[in-house]
Amino acid sequence: MSAPQSGERRPATPSLALAALRPRSHGRRKALDAFIKGFAYVAATVGIAVMLLIVYEVVRRGAATIDWGFFTELPPVVGEEGGGLGNALLGTLVITAVAAALALPVGFLGGVWLAEFGRNGRIATGVRMVANVNMGIPSIVVGVFIFALLVKPLQHYSGVAGSIALAFIMLPVMARTTEDMLNLVPNELRESALAMGVPRWRVTLGVIIRAARSGLITGAVLATVRVAGETAPLLFTALSSPYWLNSLFGPEGFFGGPTANLTKTVYDFSGMPYARMQELAWGGALVIIAAVLGLNVLMRLVFQRGKEW
Amino acid sequence: MSTVELDVRNQAGLPRGAAKAAPRTHRSFGDPAFRVITLICGLAVAIAMFTLAGVLIFNSWTAISELGVGFLTTVAWAPSNGRYGALAALAGTAMTTAVAMLIAVPLALVIALLLTELVPPGIARVVGTGIEMLAAIPSFIFGMWGLFVLVPFMQESVAPWVTESWLGQVPLIRPGATFQGGGFSILTAGLVLALMVLPYITAFSRDVLLMVPRVTKEAGYGMGSTTWEVLRRISLRYALSGIVGATFIGLGRALGETMAVAYLVGGDFLTVPKSLFDPGTTVASLIALQFNEATTALDVSALTALGLVLFVITMVFQVVAHVWLRRSQRTAGGRA
Amino acid sequence: MVGTKVRERPDTGQDVLVAPPTEVAAARATGDDDFEALESIISARHLDFFYGKEQALFDNNLEIKKNRVTAVIGPSGCGKSTHIRTYNRIYELYRDHKATGEVIFDGRNVLAPGTDLLDLRRRMGMIFQKPSPFPMTVFDNVAYGLRQHYRLSRSELADRVEDALKRSALWDEVKHKLGEPGVALSGGQQQRLCIARCIATEPDVVLMDEPASAIDPVATSKIEELMESLKENYTIVIVTHNMQQAARVSDYTAFFYEGHIVEFGPTTQIFSNPQQKQTEDYITGRFS
Repeated sequence: MSAPQSGERRPATPSLALAALRPRSHGRRKALDAFIKGFAYVAATVGIAVMLLIVYEVVRRGAATIDWGFFTELPPVVGEEGGGLGNALLGTLVITAVAAALALPVGFLGGVWLAEFGRNGRIATGVRMVANVNMGIPSIVVGVFIFALLVKPLQHYSGVAGSIALAFIMLPVMARTTEDMLNLVPNELRESALAMGVPRWRVTLGVIIRAARSGLITGAVLATVRVAGETAPLLFTALSSPYWLNSLFGPEGFFGGPTANLTKTVYDFSGMPYARMQELAWGGALVIIAAVLGLNVLMRLVFQRGKEW
Repeated sequence: MSTVELDVRNQAGLPRGAAKAAPRTHRSFGDPAFRVITLICGLAVAIAMFTLAGVLIFNSWTAISELGVGFLTTVAWAPSNGRYGALAALAGTAMTTAVAMLIAVPLALVIALLLTELVPPGIARVVGTGIEMLAAIPSFIFGMWGLFVLVPFMQESVAPWVTESWLGQVPLIRPGATFQGGGFSILTAGLVLALMVLPYITAFSRDVLLMVPRVTKEAGYGMGSTTWEVLRRISLRYALSGIVGATFIGLGRALGETMAVAYLVGGDFLTVPKSLFDPGTTVASLIALQFNEATTALDVSALTALGLVLFVITMVFQVVAHVWLRRSQRTAGGRA
Repeated sequence: MVGTKVRERPDTGQDVLVAPPTEVAAARATGDDDFEALESIISARHLDFFYGKEQALFDNNLEIKKNRVTAVIGPSGCGKSTHIRTYNRIYELYRDHKATGEVIFDGRNVLAPGTDLLDLRRRMGMIFQKPSPFPMTVFDNVAYGLRQHYRLSRSELADRVEDALKRSALWDEVKHKLGEPGVALSGGQQQRLCIARCIATEPDVVLMDEPASAIDPVATSKIEELMESLKENYTIVIVTHNMQQAARVSDYTAFFYEGHIVEFGPTTQIFSNPQQKQTEDYITGRFS
């Protein structure tokens, strides 16, 4: 910059010492832009089409298998026709329900602590970080962990070990979801309730959670559905079983032995070279996809439509 | 509340209704109790992970002490011959994950760009919702689809066509000694992983791109930028930390995914794949396929050690992501 | 023209003749501008605007004179921002926004299809209500448009950035902070940074959409001072709801009401002797 600065008045004209500007070609910039846009359309179409194709395959191959017997009967003996996945469906429902009963309350209260008490303190920051790391742990590692913790010392696989593995996965998800949802509640609401002299715990349980209710329910349901579709944590915990869940502590019971579940059964059957087993596997996949997508849609319809207005 | 209490108050000459307004006495211990209960639940989240780490280390100890560093540097996993090498699995994990991320991240970004900038908001919302739902599909379904649809397709159409063309001479594509037709291969597994993480990274990227302030984007267009220039130079910088976060979580999922790859990757525990069309294995699928075959205590311990390795790898990525995000936030806008 | 001097046209490097600042200032001071004789750089003709089905502008006709400051005033929601957002077609970012009519800039209708939007927006910079620094360093913010539109060597780029920051009266405050993020500056500094970013590419027109409404009074007065010096080289259109500001900085004022241009004329006349009842009511604060 060669123009001297005179007094307080700054030079208002561009200095003549500056070289002339040489414009870039707009053609090239526009061409790149058009190329990227075109690529975006093609990529999006391909990506979404392939994903829809997956859903379509499951529906196409699975729909034919679904009948009343599919939900009520045991799987057939290898090589036979007929049968269903009734025991696996029941097992998945029980394992998932127990996992939810274990993880949701603890995760919820943990989230309450993070949002309402821990906040930016050292412990809370640490817990939050651990929870984030926890959510990134591969689910097969959780399976190995529960195997070493429960299955190996007790000398047998069991449904409850599967539930605990799933609960381990749900716990941080629920805690972080709760925290995020509570943080969305405006501080004024907290303050105005506290200013009325209501004790903190009543404010939290009565006012704040009610304000965050829809998000909390959605979070809890989706966390549950997500683990219901997990397979890896069950491989070495609940294992699988060709029988009905018929007792608590017996060798075919929830605490006593391997428990049938949908995901592991589907995984096993899909690898078998028998047509009927593969059909049942697709049927099971369809049931899970329908449950996952159905509950997702339901949650949206129930809670999010209201929020938009 | 008891009626006796009410009577007592009324005898004391208080007006009717005053009993209702009397201060609750349990308030003094209600709050601390609530605080402690929630604190315990909060700590449970942390304790759960430390237990996991402790149990894994304890149960891997036999393997770690007997096998030492060789565990990570030997190639083959053949417990019946007493060989416990994780290198083939580690290489396979790195390759499948790399394929998945190289495909998924750019695709996710352009789809997110499409949804935030190019298509009408109504359509964008429908497609966006659809993508969020696809992100919720359990991974084993991707694995099944891969097994029944993608593997035959790769085996019959893609692999012969590619390996017999001039591309077949390019390193990483030229089939190696273990080539089995290309259906069950690193590439197939990587493609399925890409599809699995794609909706996830897309949904997250779209969310963060939507948070870029409108006025900043307008200012970008107002400077005569094209849509792509606004995205690359302005929106992406704004959304960078979020997108990197989503990418790392997607990466963690791809690294640790078991069910989508176990059947597809070929199950070759013995060699480091030379080509994308070669079969291989990943750490997670090695654990899944070998665990129930394990007979000796050393077998189980070695597989647990593999779990520990996977845990440590995902931890490292999390920490790297964390540090990177910190740094990028500090120099927000530093010339990347 | 007496005393004209040579200035380089930034985009072509050709020499062009411009009236020297002193002459312009003198003309403004004495109020002897001959409106008809001045060259119009932008002419809006029969401009209508629609948000979906709702019409927001009705048959707007406006002449923006070269090297003058034109203020656009009116109550909120009257369409003043909408009006100037048609000039650089920034409204097109939103799907159901539509403009009809003509906006003639440099002899061509910018609303016609086939307009080079990149070139149009390079020649018509825009400053927004909220400071909008890009998420990058102070230096990169100012260099943004330069890098995008021009080929420049490293030293040329540095010179131009420094020059733009000096002309935006920001250099002294940020010369040691060029490597810091633009968002780390104060609100007023951010807005001047946006002005520097805008004038660095040497536009012909600077559109200002309530540039001082989101910043404090001290920063506002700095920006007004800045406009004083900028109008010697650029044509400025400023949308403001602050009438004192319009009176202080502008040569011409257009009063908008419910999407119509009620009155347009020299600022002194609009404020001292409005011809329309609505204008007078607004000026005197009978409604706002």
